[in-house]
Amino acid sequence: MKERDQGDRVSEPCGTEAPATSADVFREGKRSRLPGSLLAVGVLLWEWAAKTERSQPHRSPSPESANPLPGGEECGETANRGALPSRVLEVEPVSHEQIGTFLVVCAFLVALGGGIGFLITYWTGGSNLLLGAMLALFSAGMGMALILWSHLLTLNKQVVEPREQMQPPPQERESVVEDFQAGAGQIHRRGILKWMIAGGVGTIAAVVMSMFRSLGQSPDSTIYSRVWKRGQRLMTSEGKPVSIHMLVPGSTVIVFPEGSIGSEKAQTVLLRVDEGLLQLPSDRTDWAPNGNLAFSRVCTHAGCAVGMYETTTHQLMCPCHQSTFDVLRGAEPSGGPAARALPQLPLYADSDGVLRAGGGFSDIPGPGYWGMP
Amino acid sequence: MIGFLARTLDNRLRASKFLRSAINHVFPDHWSFMLGEIALYCFVILVATGIFLAMFYDGSSAKVIYHGSYGPLRGVEMDKALESVIHICFDVPAGLLIRQIHHWAANVFIGAILVHQARIFFTAAFRKPRELNWVVGMTLLILAIVNGYLGYSICGDLLSGAGMRIGYSIMLSIPVIGPWITFLFMGGTVPVDATLPRMYALHIFLVPALITLLIVIHLGIVWRQMHTNYPGPHRTNKTIVGSRLWPSYTLKSLGLFLLIFAVLAALGGLVQIDPVWVYGPYNPVAILPGAQPDWYLGWIEGAMRLFPGVHIASSGKLWFPEVFFPAVLFPMGLFILLYLYPFLDELFTFDAREHHVLRLPWEQPFNTAFGCGLIALLVVLEFAGGDDVVALAGNYSVVEIRDILRILVFVVPVITWAVAYVLCRRARRRHLERQKIEIVESIAGPGCSARPADSSAEVMEPQA
Repeated sequence: MKERDQGDRVSEPCGTEAPATSADVFREGKRSRLPGSLLAVGVLLWEWAAKTERSQPHRSPSPESANPLPGGEECGETANRGALPSRVLEVEPVSHEQIGTFLVVCAFLVALGGGIGFLITYWTGGSNLLLGAMLALFSAGMGMALILWSHLLTLNKQVVEPREQMQPPPQERESVVEDFQAGAGQIHRRGILKWMIAGGVGTIAAVVMSMFRSLGQSPDSTIYSRVWKRGQRLMTSEGKPVSIHMLVPGSTVIVFPEGSIGSEKAQTVLLRVDEGLLQLPSDRTDWAPNGNLAFSRVCTHAGCAVGMYETTTHQLMCPCHQSTFDVLRGAEPSGGPAARALPQLPLYADSDGVLRAGGGFSDIPGPGYWGMP
Repeated sequence: MIGFLARTLDNRLRASKFLRSAINHVFPDHWSFMLGEIALYCFVILVATGIFLAMFYDGSSAKVIYHGSYGPLRGVEMDKALESVIHICFDVPAGLLIRQIHHWAANVFIGAILVHQARIFFTAAFRKPRELNWVVGMTLLILAIVNGYLGYSICGDLLSGAGMRIGYSIMLSIPVIGPWITFLFMGGTVPVDATLPRMYALHIFLVPALITLLIVIHLGIVWRQMHTNYPGPHRTNKTIVGSRLWPSYTLKSLGLFLLIFAVLAALGGLVQIDPVWVYGPYNPVAILPGAQPDWYLGWIEGAMRLFPGVHIASSGKLWFPEVFFPAVLFPMGLFILLYLYPFLDELFTFDAREHHVLRLPWEQPFNTAFGCGLIALLVVLEFAGGDDVVALAGNYSVVEIRDILRILVFVVPVITWAVAYVLCRRARRRHLERQKIEIVESIAGPGCSARPADSSAEVMEPQA
C-alpha cells in the first residue's frame, strides 16, 4: 500500500515511460537529501550552494567540471556494467565548483595548521592538552575536507540495483548436498577407522584440557580458610598489639593476625561498644571482652572492604553496594543487598590485657559461592 | 602509478572481476547506517593506541617504590603495573594523550555498538535473513564490554582494584563451577600475583582476536546480504538504493573515520579520564567512597545495589549467593532474550519471509515499546549504580534513594512501555488513514497517478 503510494509521488514524468535515451534517469527534485553526516559543519553552506545551483537551471556547466548530467553517458554506463542492470535514480549535481573547492581547501588548510601545530608542540615538549587539540584539529580538517569533497565536488549517483535473494532455489542447495554425499561416499569407512578418529580427537581434547592444570591451583586450598588461629594477637597495621582498653566505645581500628599484616582476607575490624547494648547470640556472649568486638572486614556481598561505621546506630556499612550490618547483633545484615552476616572473630584478653583471637572466624569470610559451608 | 600496481596485482590474482563488483557495491545513504562504522573505526583506533600502550605497560603486581616524575606519589609502594601506567602518563611524550584516547575510544566503541544495535532493533533490521548478524553483533557487544572491564582493571589503581574484587565475587557466585572458573581466570583469591598477567593476556590477545574475527564475519555478512533500505520510493525487497562504494562512499567513510579520530583526540587531550594517579595504588584495606564502574557496567552495579539481600541456602550450605541473581542471572537472561529476539519476532508475527525494507518504529508498536521499556529499565539501573553519588550531590539518604529506586525499577519501564505502545498505535492509525485518503484522491483525481504499483513492492501490514 504504502509503497505504491510513495512510488506515485516520485516526480516521474506523468504516466508515461520516459524516453529511451534517458529512461534510467529520474530526478527526485523536491527531496533535498541531507548529507550523510550531520557532523558536517559545512552542511549549511552546501545546502545554500545547492540551492543556488538549482535556481540557475540554465547555467551551462563549465567545461572542466566533473561533468553534469545524464543522457548518453549514463546509458553508456549502464551498457558498460552489463552484468549489473542498474538505474540511476538521482544525480546530485556538482555544485558551485569554486565554493566547493574553496571550502575543501580551507579544510585542508585547517588540517595543515593542526598538523604543523602538533609537530611544533611535540618537539618542544608541549602539554598533552595542546597535543590533543592539535591532533583533533588536524584530523577534523582532513575529515571535513574529504566529506566536503565527497558532497560538493563529487558526482553522487543514487542508483537502484536488483538485489539477490538470500534463499537459494531448492535445486541449487540439493546439488551441493548431492556433491557432498557423493564425496562422503568415496571415503572408505570401516568401523576401526571411526574408532581411531574418535580416539585421536578424544586424546587431543584431553591434552588441551590437561594444560589448564598449569594455570594454577584448584580452589580448595585458599578459599575455605577461616584465617585466624587461636591465640594469635591482634595487630594494627603499624604492627602494634591491641590492648583491651585501647579503644574508647564508639571507635574502630583495622587489625590483622600477627604475622600477616596487610592481608586482604584476614583484615578485621575491631570495635568497642557499650557492653550493656550487646545482643549477641547466646553462644557468643564471651566473644566480646569489655565490649571489644571483631568482625571480618571483607563484605559477604561482593568482597569490598566494609570501611564505614556509623557510631550512633552501630552499623557497619560497605561503601560499594551500601550493605549495612548491625554490630550489636553480631553483624547481621540490616539493610542493602548482603544476605549473610560478617563472620565474627572470638576474642579474649590474655593476662596482660592484650586482645587475642579465640579461634578462627565464625564463618568463612568473603563473598559466597556454590556449596559454601 | 596506481594503474601500474593494479595491473601487476591483477596479472597475478585476476582480481579485476571481484574488484569491479566491489567498487560498484551499493551502500544506502542514511545517517543511521554510520553508527556501525563509528564502532568499527573506534576499534581500529583502539588497536592502534593499544599497541603503543602495550610497549610501555608492564602487567606485573610485583611491588616497587615509585620514583617517577609525579611528585605526590614519590616514595609510595605500588604494583609495577600502576608504575608503568603512571610512567606512560607523565614521562612518555604524548603518552597521556594516547592512553586517554584509548580509554575514550573504548567508551565510544561500546556506546556506538549500543546505539547501532538500538537502530537495528527499532527498525527491525534483525529480521530474516539478518538474524545471523544480530547474533554476531550481540556477541561483539558482550566481548566489547568484557574487554573494557579487563582494560580498566589492569591498571593496578585503587578503583580498578575494587572493580576486580567485585568481578571476582560475581564470578565466584556462578553455580557449581564458580570457584573453578574464578581460579582459572584470576589465578587465585584476588588479589594474587597471577591475576594481572592473565587479564592482560586476555585483554590484548584473546578478546581482541575474537572481536576482529567477529567483525570480519559481521562485515562479510553485511557485504553478502547488502544493506537494508528504509521504506521509500524504489525501495523494495528486490532492490537496493544508494550510492556506490567508489567514489562517494569511500570518501565519506574515510572522512567519517578522521572525524571520529578528531573527536577522540579532542576528548583524549582535553577531557581527563581514569586519572589513576589521583586514585593511588590498590590497597585491599582501603576503599574509595563513591566508586563507580565505567558506565557500560553501571546497570549491573545498579542491579546489585537494588536487589534485596536474598540467597538460597539449605542444610547449612550456601547454593546461590545473593550476587548471583542481579549480576549473573539477570544479565544472562537479558542477553539470552536479546539473542533470541529475532527468532521470537519471527515466531510471533508468523513471518518467515526475507525482509530487506525496514519497518519503522511506529509500524511495530510491540517491538518499539519493548525496546523503550528495556532502555528505561537500564537507565533506572544505571542511576541506581550511582545512587551514592546522587545522594551525596543532593544531600539525600542513600537508603531513601534506594527504596525509591526499588519501586521505580518496576514502574518506569512499565509506564514507558505503555506510553510507547499507545503512541505507536496512534501514529500507525493516523498514517493508515492518511494513506487511505491519498489513495482515494489519487484514484478520483485527474492525471497521472493511476500507474500500477510495482508488483514486488513490500506491502505494509500491521503487525500481528
